[in-house]
Amino acid sequence: MRGTSLRPLWGWGLLALGLGGFPLLASEFYIRLATEILIMALFAMSFNLLLGYGGMLSFGHAGFYAVGAYTVAILMKKTSVPFFLAFPAAPAVTALVAAVTGYFCVRLRGFYFSILTLAFGQLIWGVIFKWSALTEGDDGIVGIRAPTFLTSSGGSYYFTLVLTAACIGLLWMIIESPFGRTLLAIRENTDRTQFIGVDVNRLRLLAFVLSATFAGVAGALFAPFNGSVFPTFALWTKSGEVVMMSILGGMHTFLGPAVGAAIMLSLDQMISVYTEYWPFVLGVILLVLVLFFPAGITGFVRVLARRESAGTRLA
Amino acid sequence: MELSVLLNQFLSGLTRAGVLFMLASGLTLIFGVARVINFAHGSLYMVAVYLSYSFLRLFGPGGMGFWLSLVAVALSLALIGGAIEAGLIRRIYGREHLQQLLLTFALIYIIGDAVKFVWGITPKSVSRPPFLEASIPVPGGSFPVYNLFVIGLAALVGVGLWLMLARTKLGWLIRAVAADIEITEALGVNVPRLLTLVFMVGTLLVGVGGAAAAPLTVGALGMDVEIVILCFIVVIIGGAGSLLGAAVAALLVGLLEAFGILALPQFAVVFIYALMAVVMIVRPWGLFGTPG
Repeated sequence: MRGTSLRPLWGWGLLALGLGGFPLLASEFYIRLATEILIMALFAMSFNLLLGYGGMLSFGHAGFYAVGAYTVAILMKKTSVPFFLAFPAAPAVTALVAAVTGYFCVRLRGFYFSILTLAFGQLIWGVIFKWSALTEGDDGIVGIRAPTFLTSSGGSYYFTLVLTAACIGLLWMIIESPFGRTLLAIRENTDRTQFIGVDVNRLRLLAFVLSATFAGVAGALFAPFNGSVFPTFALWTKSGEVVMMSILGGMHTFLGPAVGAAIMLSLDQMISVYTEYWPFVLGVILLVLVLFFPAGITGFVRVLARRESAGTRLA
Repeated sequence: MELSVLLNQFLSGLTRAGVLFMLASGLTLIFGVARVINFAHGSLYMVAVYLSYSFLRLFGPGGMGFWLSLVAVALSLALIGGAIEAGLIRRIYGREHLQQLLLTFALIYIIGDAVKFVWGITPKSVSRPPFLEASIPVPGGSFPVYNLFVIGLAALVGVGLWLMLARTKLGWLIRAVAADIEITEALGVNVPRLLTLVFMVGTLLVGVGGAAAAPLTVGALGMDVEIVILCFIVVIIGGAGSLLGAAVAALLVGLLEAFGILALPQFAVVFIYALMAVVMIVRPWGLFGTPG
């Protein structure tokens, strides 16, 4: 039985209060950092719909994030479409791109799936990088003017918070739906799920497109927030970053990837002050996690908590 | 289009293919035998290029210095590869592929920053050895002898590797492990030691490839993540674990890159990714790989 305990509700309430009241207390710098964390959290959680729930390790997810960001950037800068039309166009375009590439990707399993997603991600990067007439190539599209309500850091934060929360709510509904449950079954045993009459590839494609669409929303949020977009958004190392966030936070927990995103961006800020070798530190952290804590930080905390509660019961 | 231009692009493509083959053969060997997808392969290539720079300064720029440096780079890389296998990768053989991907992905960050720490951020370039500095005349122009040397070296590496795998006892053992690791172990073969050795051979090839490529490229940060994708593409198109596949795919990619620039300079990079995507859709296990 789910939802019988009130404790999670308290937790959600506190979280909402904290996130909602945060800009009243924090400085400009931290509000912007928090906004970026929210966007990356959505990006990582969209990715984890594939990895954690679908068992599909995509190494090209940044491609969809970039499609979302570039859709907003191109529509606003090149064709002066207003933001309120450009923004919803981003997930639509992303979904379209994902439907085409995903059609091929979901037919492959395991390692081959990862590599084909990597290839398509790099293909998107190559197109952005080389199609200068549309994307300005390596220079990126700069000077994206956000609508007035997004120009203040507080306005931008609340806009991002509301949309991220809405998307995360949708992701939760997806995961809890019969479709989400079937997706878990596919992850656990693809063949057996196929035998009982589930159209495995169709459901995998649906998960792929949904996941990419939310990544597109994250990209569409980031473009006006950052004011500029660059081809590196699509690069495979960017895809690697969300993989790391998910693993860091814990890919088998719903909010784990968001926790991972928060940890990674905060560490980036903190450690960059002391050393320019932040990637080195990140690499070592990841190494230690893989070798000793494969369940991620959220998983590790959960195990600790379980141990503790088991201890009290015994006492 | 003039014939001389085509010939020139053909030779450039062959040179590129030679370097790619030396790198990809190591990657495909490690994948075929140890079943490890080494994302850090490009990082090791970057180390090899930078090491060439340092060893050439140590041994001097003469012909002797070139050979000494080539050997020193190759051996250093073999040692680094052995250390990575024995110290890190060995701990997670039994785990799912995801964990291995992450571990080698972490190495990209670590090695990349280590290179930055040791050699700084200014790009490093090395010159060709004096005895290979000349150019030979080809119809309509000239072509550097050094590039021909790289093509020849790649062919030699390919044949040598094939002979080693097909004709020596070590080669039999390696192929036995690739075919069935448990049975090979049950027959009394020291599999852990053999896997370390395979890693060392794989990274030794990176060392040779990196040292050979050093005069053709510039040691710069970021080259690691660029080249590793190309290596992956070669391995995937050829079929993971197939040496012949790596050779054919390296030729395809190298020539496609060289002639793609002629045909549509804007989209030469895109061609290669598209080729890979097509191969994966039609034959996911690659041209010379086996399904499953």
